[in-house]
Amino acid sequence: MNRYLGQRVGFTLLGGLTFIVVAPILLVVGVIVVNGLGALSWEFLTAMPREGMKAGGIFPAIVGTLLLTLGTALVAIPLGIGGAIYLAEYARETWFTRAIRLAIINLAGIPSVVYGLFGLGMFVLFSQFGTSIVAGSLTLALMTLPIIISASEEALRAVPTEFRTVNASLGGTHWQGIRQVVLPQALPGIITGVILGLLRAAGETAPILFTVAAFYLPRLPQSPFDQTMALPYHLYVISTQVPGMPLQIQYGTALVLLTLALALNLCATLIRSYFRKRRQW
Amino acid sequence: MSQRTHWSEFFISAVIRVIGFSTIGFVGLIFFFLLQQGAPVLGEVPLNNFFGAQWYPTYNLYGILPLLLGSMMVTLAAIVLALPLGVATAVFVREIAPGWAREILKPLIEVLAGIPSVVLGFFGMTLLAPFVRETLHVPTGLTAFTGALLLAYMALPTIVSVAEDALDAVPKSYRDAALAMGATQWQTIWRVVVPAARSGILTAIMLGMGRAIGETMAVLMVTGNAARMPTTLNSLFLPARTMTATIAAEMGEVAQGSTHYHVLFAIGILLFVLTFFINLAAAPAIFEKRRRGGLR
Amino acid sequence: MTEPKIRIENISYAYDGAPALRNISLEVQPNTITVFFGPAGGGKTTLLRLINRLNDLVENTKIEGRILLDGQDIYAPGVDVSQLRRKVGMVFALPLPLPGTLRENVVYGPKRAGVRDVRRLVEITERSLTQAALWDEVKDRLDSPASALSGGQQQRLCIARSLALEPEVLLLDEPTSGLDPISTGKVEAALQEAKKNYTIIIIPHSIQQAARVADYAAFFLMGELIEYRRGREIFTTPRDKRTEDYVTGRFG
Repeated sequence: MNRYLGQRVGFTLLGGLTFIVVAPILLVVGVIVVNGLGALSWEFLTAMPREGMKAGGIFPAIVGTLLLTLGTALVAIPLGIGGAIYLAEYARETWFTRAIRLAIINLAGIPSVVYGLFGLGMFVLFSQFGTSIVAGSLTLALMTLPIIISASEEALRAVPTEFRTVNASLGGTHWQGIRQVVLPQALPGIITGVILGLLRAAGETAPILFTVAAFYLPRLPQSPFDQTMALPYHLYVISTQVPGMPLQIQYGTALVLLTLALALNLCATLIRSYFRKRRQW
Repeated sequence: MSQRTHWSEFFISAVIRVIGFSTIGFVGLIFFFLLQQGAPVLGEVPLNNFFGAQWYPTYNLYGILPLLLGSMMVTLAAIVLALPLGVATAVFVREIAPGWAREILKPLIEVLAGIPSVVLGFFGMTLLAPFVRETLHVPTGLTAFTGALLLAYMALPTIVSVAEDALDAVPKSYRDAALAMGATQWQTIWRVVVPAARSGILTAIMLGMGRAIGETMAVLMVTGNAARMPTTLNSLFLPARTMTATIAAEMGEVAQGSTHYHVLFAIGILLFVLTFFINLAAAPAIFEKRRRGGLR
Repeated sequence: MTEPKIRIENISYAYDGAPALRNISLEVQPNTITVFFGPAGGGKTTLLRLINRLNDLVENTKIEGRILLDGQDIYAPGVDVSQLRRKVGMVFALPLPLPGTLRENVVYGPKRAGVRDVRRLVEITERSLTQAALWDEVKDRLDSPASALSGGQQQRLCIARSLALEPEVLLLDEPTSGLDPISTGKVEAALQEAKKNYTIIIIPHSIQQAARVADYAAFFLMGELIEYRRGREIFTTPRDKRTEDYVTGRFG
């Protein structure tokens, strides 16, 4: 009997620890939603900031983040999916392939601020893009790349080999098999990975600190070589660099950023669970 | 048609190969540009200054030791906090929780992974720091401990996910054997399943550490950023400064090409190398996971 | 004696250093059904997959000897493997419809070969499904998902999919292993019909089936060709002791 008492105590303890993990998540989201809702208004979302950001809206920051995410997507999606196709469908198990995998694992582990330094050295200075959307997007794209590659490769490998054999047996070339049979089935997993990667890019601050972000720029960027404000950096600025900033604006900005991130997250989760149920194999 | 198919097949294969190879190039490129911008430090700052205990760039004192130790202190404290929580959560989710609870818990933990670090930093500044100050009766809530607390939560999704995979990989026959010999479910989990998953849990620690040591914004916002040597255990509850936060805070203000600028890049190199080895240590386990076809 | 459709000359094959086939030679006559049979692991599936070079997809293999299709070495440099596989179709043990509709499945091969003319594709669909004895059952739902078919229908769809390319040779690897007797009967009837236009090599899923369909039969054991004969006598009066043991059910 005693043993089962021990079991009950143990289970309760684990449940308690799990609660300690989960409760603050709800707390963070809850606090930001409750305090941020008051700041939200049509003006807040669509107007330029005024009076040293203490009034008006955060429109340029929202647009900037969307542009940066778009730029990241343009670069990271083709490179990421291409890299995944190479690893899953072309590469043989050689030392060179192992080296590529190691490179990807390490890319995934490089701190975001180091990506920022690299972006400064390579894109801002060496390539002479200046602090610009182009430099920021390229930096973010590189940071996003390992996430997209890993998720896409996993999705491609989850498609049973027999489909490739059937394609070959019907006279399909290697690429035709990938394009017509493998990719369509791996697509949900790939899309999920892409979304999670872009989510990371949209929320990061450190890589854009020295490559693109403008402190206070109450206009929209005019070209890809322009600086821009961006939501995460804006939140950092108004919560640490501007004395006397109304708390409500800070919460409002946090809420907009959080909503963007959680919406993308939700998309990824929905796509994944929807297709997992529908999958035939 | 045949000729066209051959040509496009050749072209596409070539493009995909080039992309695949390029990932190695990217790592090399990153390292090259860090070196290019950071190497001049060798001629500008004597080694005993660079590895000294004082970080006062305005007085040409570039001792990175307080930053290095600051990073380590915050990271270790974060792992000490996150590990039991993460493993417990993984065990609970995988082995104990009923299906409906799992359906709620897993997405919730993914939500945590999706919250931008600057948002967590903001939360840490506005609510967590005052809370820490009042409960611990310290002069400021912006301490290494506050940073560690935030980092622990940021590392949790990684730790839980990897630990879950590790538990998943324990053969069902182990469990069945233990239960058949009369062990309770609890004894089975604690004496058989968790020990069998040990190496996976070690990977979780490594990856969690890699995540924590590289985290920038949240740490920058809540640790108070005082570059002091953590000499006693008490330092945990005082302001501290990490390598990442130093780069983020100071790079915007230094003159390009100055010694200070080069030193910040040198710190970047150090971070690159540190995380490189941490990930290298975790790599075999990641390869293993791939071979099993494990999914997240 | 007509010119053989396929000549297998001294084929040896190893996977990861382990030999799977040892010095196999045999000839397959056009417009016949040839049966490869024997216990599992005997090498019959391996040999079948060598005939349309599907084993190219496997790493770490070594092949010696030649396989001639109409006198041409299919492993010669410069051979277009896709063209070869269009001439030599294959049906697998487990029916695996590609994602998509029935119609898409049937025209998959022709489309990859560059056939774009819709009327042509419609013709191909009807002809191949008819040859595979499936047309009447599915003609009203060609645009529904192929995965919704029953197992027996899926297998006949896979046969139709191969026939859509109008191959010269059709390889079948236990095509009826998962089917009920009625579906099996339909598939076998379809094969007898198809024989008029194609050369067929089949790995049957039972000795009874082998005996029912064989014009020629080859017995494989542990990577070796033990006995290869015309007609069905191999099942009633085997010459080799090992063949006899197998067909009388003493092992296998």
